[in-house]
Amino acid sequence: MPTITLRVNRKNHTVECANSSLLVDVLREQLRLTGTHVGCDTSQCGACTVHVDGHSVKSCTMLAVEAQDAEITTIEGLADGNTLHPMQAAFQECHGLQCGFCTSGMVMSTTELVSRNPDPSEPEIRHWLEGNLCRCTGYHNIVRAVQTCARGSRGGTP
Amino acid sequence: MSSAQGIGASIKRKEDRRFLLGKGQYTDDITLPDQSYAVLIRSPYAAALIKKIDAAAALAAPGVLAVLTGDDVAADGLGGIPCGWAVKNKDGSNMVEPPHPGLAHGKARHVGDPVAMVVASSKALAKAAAKLVDIDYDVLPGCGRLPEATAEGAPLVWDQAPGNVCFDWHIGDAALTDAAFAKAAHVVELDLVNNRVAPNAMEPRAANGHYAAANDHYTLYTTSQNPHLTRLLLAAFTLHVSEHKLRVIAPDVGGGFGSKIFHYAEELLVLWASRRVGRPVKWTADRSEAFISDAHGRDHISKAQLAMDKDGKFLGLRVHTLANMGAYLSTFAPAVPTYLYATLLSGPYDFPAIYAEVKAIFTNTVAVDAYRGAGRPEATYLLERLVEKAARETGIDRVELRRRNLIQPSQFPYQTQVALQYDIGDYQATLDLALAKIDYAGYAQRHAASAANGKLRGIGMSTYIEACGIAPSALVGALGARAGLYEAANVRIHPTGSVTVFTGTHSHGQGHETTFAQLIADRLGVSTDNVEIVHGDTDRIPFGMGTYGSRSASVGGSAIVKALDKIVDKGKKIAAHLLEASVADIEFRDGAYRVVGTDRQKAFGEVAFAAYVPHNYPIDTVEPGLEESAFYDPKNFTFPGGTHFVEVEIDPETGVVEVVDVAIADDVGVIINPMIVDGQAHGGLAQGIGQALYEEVQYDADGQLSNGSYMTYCMPRAADLPMFKVGNHVTACTHNPLGVKGVGEVGAIGVPPAVINAVLDALAPLGVKDISMPATPEKVWRAIAAAKQGKGA
Repeated sequence: MPTITLRVNRKNHTVECANSSLLVDVLREQLRLTGTHVGCDTSQCGACTVHVDGHSVKSCTMLAVEAQDAEITTIEGLADGNTLHPMQAAFQECHGLQCGFCTSGMVMSTTELVSRNPDPSEPEIRHWLEGNLCRCTGYHNIVRAVQTCARGSRGGTP
Repeated sequence: MSSAQGIGASIKRKEDRRFLLGKGQYTDDITLPDQSYAVLIRSPYAAALIKKIDAAAALAAPGVLAVLTGDDVAADGLGGIPCGWAVKNKDGSNMVEPPHPGLAHGKARHVGDPVAMVVASSKALAKAAAKLVDIDYDVLPGCGRLPEATAEGAPLVWDQAPGNVCFDWHIGDAALTDAAFAKAAHVVELDLVNNRVAPNAMEPRAANGHYAAANDHYTLYTTSQNPHLTRLLLAAFTLHVSEHKLRVIAPDVGGGFGSKIFHYAEELLVLWASRRVGRPVKWTADRSEAFISDAHGRDHISKAQLAMDKDGKFLGLRVHTLANMGAYLSTFAPAVPTYLYATLLSGPYDFPAIYAEVKAIFTNTVAVDAYRGAGRPEATYLLERLVEKAARETGIDRVELRRRNLIQPSQFPYQTQVALQYDIGDYQATLDLALAKIDYAGYAQRHAASAANGKLRGIGMSTYIEACGIAPSALVGALGARAGLYEAANVRIHPTGSVTVFTGTHSHGQGHETTFAQLIADRLGVSTDNVEIVHGDTDRIPFGMGTYGSRSASVGGSAIVKALDKIVDKGKKIAAHLLEASVADIEFRDGAYRVVGTDRQKAFGEVAFAAYVPHNYPIDTVEPGLEESAFYDPKNFTFPGGTHFVEVEIDPETGVVEVVDVAIADDVGVIINPMIVDGQAHGGLAQGIGQALYEEVQYDADGQLSNGSYMTYCMPRAADLPMFKVGNHVTACTHNPLGVKGVGEVGAIGVPPAVINAVLDALAPLGVKDISMPATPEKVWRAIAAAKQGKGA
């Protein structure tokens, strides 16, 4: 099996993996970064969303070998030490998670939204979440969390 | 301490941090030393004889440890998966209860029926080897849906079940109901389908079994809502290993919605395989595997008749329902269309007569069992579609017709004609609150505005009731349950005053680690930061029946309160000694024991410390330590209820239904954490709207599944839903110590008929009279097109 180097959460990792290995499987099984989840097998649910060079990517749609030379961030790499990222804090503040399984994908996806669009409207948020399924929250509090984080990032009271 | 952290406070969830940091630990996240992996080979046919399984090539493939089949299951003497509830036929005879081996033996009975299991040193190798197993099937005719399964000459799923009938059951008084219909001024009739849906918790099921030969001990990590029940069934029925050698851990579980209540074959298989191969064995479902192996929900066909007098007062209800069981009886399957469905048919209404017949039918499909609401959504959908039709046919306003028939507050406790006795409620209050929240009076204006935009607007409602907190053990036992349904709790006060609570309920999103900690804060005055709630591990928790049917607060919370009462009482004796007072003069309030009428007091922490450092202590009469256990058996179901309103806009050109407003008012009893309660309502609403507009498991006539993935099964997405307006009106449950009722299911129960009633309201001017769930754009477009051609729909 080829050996590749992946840069994940600001650290280099050298792993052996098949050419056919999905990024998500290498993250979970070899790097033991199990905060990235697998909720489907058709790239619909978004539970496996990570950042690749700052863009949210479903890590089940990318081969590990494709991710060489990229800067990968998983949910484990988002917080600043013990301080939650503002999106993580907003999800807690707004009760934007219940079982927690879709949460890492939701947080990784919406952080990119807010970095692109600091003032997303409710329809923009809902449209952006097209690729992320949640079965617990009805999305209501996820939308509120994104609005809250965005408000905070614009300098308002989060 | 009720204010900041106690009952009624929307404190933030204690469990959130680990999930937000990616540090949750779900079953598939757990990899044990020397881990091996299992892949199940499942029948691609709805019905087929398994003629031969040739595993030679697979066994020779790299990394393969075992290929196991139904023959091996039989040879090793594993027990069949049991059904936990036995329903009697009308004549008192037993239901047909077919065998359910862990791996199909001789015959596969649905697409997804597990036929063989490959165990290998990696998941990739197991998958590759599974492709090498050569299975020779003889395909048989199957029946995938209720109409085909009940047709004359239908293929039989089980030879011992003629007509594919599992049971033919009834409830209520047929003669009384006939008499009510004989004097009716108006009878409303409706045929209904309650569509089959897949629960789709975002975490697919998984199980990791580990047999330790050194001490002959088994450990199972599993995606379960009730690990103790799983252990009980493994011990008594399937693995035949007694409880003291068996530990079941349900760690973080990514949603359940009922589908993770049941004891599934894979839980047995991984433990058994681990014993055989000498390594831990992990199985994790793919999503497409989940569609063909998780128990589904709903799937009823019903005929309903409502008898009314000339003023619209309900006189009687007659219901005939066919309920799909699937090919095998899942753990609680027979209870769902009977004691959780037909017993709810009185709804929130004063019905003098009801008679319901339910025929449960086997089909060549995966099992059907409890899914969020479990029977109660089916009852509510039937009743609220029927009441809406009655309003339309009689010309009585939909709100007024309901008002005339709602049970009045003065009528509680209210004995229904279908066994249940409601303890308390105020259905008028929730109706009034919902009317205000939807701005019912302003509807005409909104309708006109939609019309000006070329949209058809409709409003729909439902007034509903449900039964939660299942239930007095003696009652469910009399009705056929093969388990008691109490709950257990252990409260351990540590020497420095912090608290660990061990609860037999299980949290898979509901927030028990927070809500139950609030009970401790409320009762003992201990900060929730100093409380830890432990659940999901049979080695740590005394016992438990798990979480389903919105029972955690009403049954599990009550067990905790009972244990807390014992703690407080014991503390009184210790405090009396320390304060040199009589026990009768000690009161416990705001986290301190006080001598009544004086300023002398001891903080709870001081008493706890004394219990563990008993130097100055009533040692002759009081044992050291401060830890108490309690079991709580509920006295009745609890009965949440309320009113749900939905407004939709329909694009007549495309048939697309947009849910533009949802406003609900529920009475879920006393609320411990309003933030969490609202969140539960939101989630239930999304699933209910999903059933009404998007979701349907589609089997063809022969039993082939045509939409078993997220490419083809439509899950509700963020853009499909609006913000929800949620209100509460509280009447406290009369028979549990917290006054709580339950909130986990109300959204999924109340809203589906409100959605469809809104769609029909929007389409009524075109002459459309009926539409079935899910009201997809195609169905709506066809109904509009047919109506335009003057055919009606």
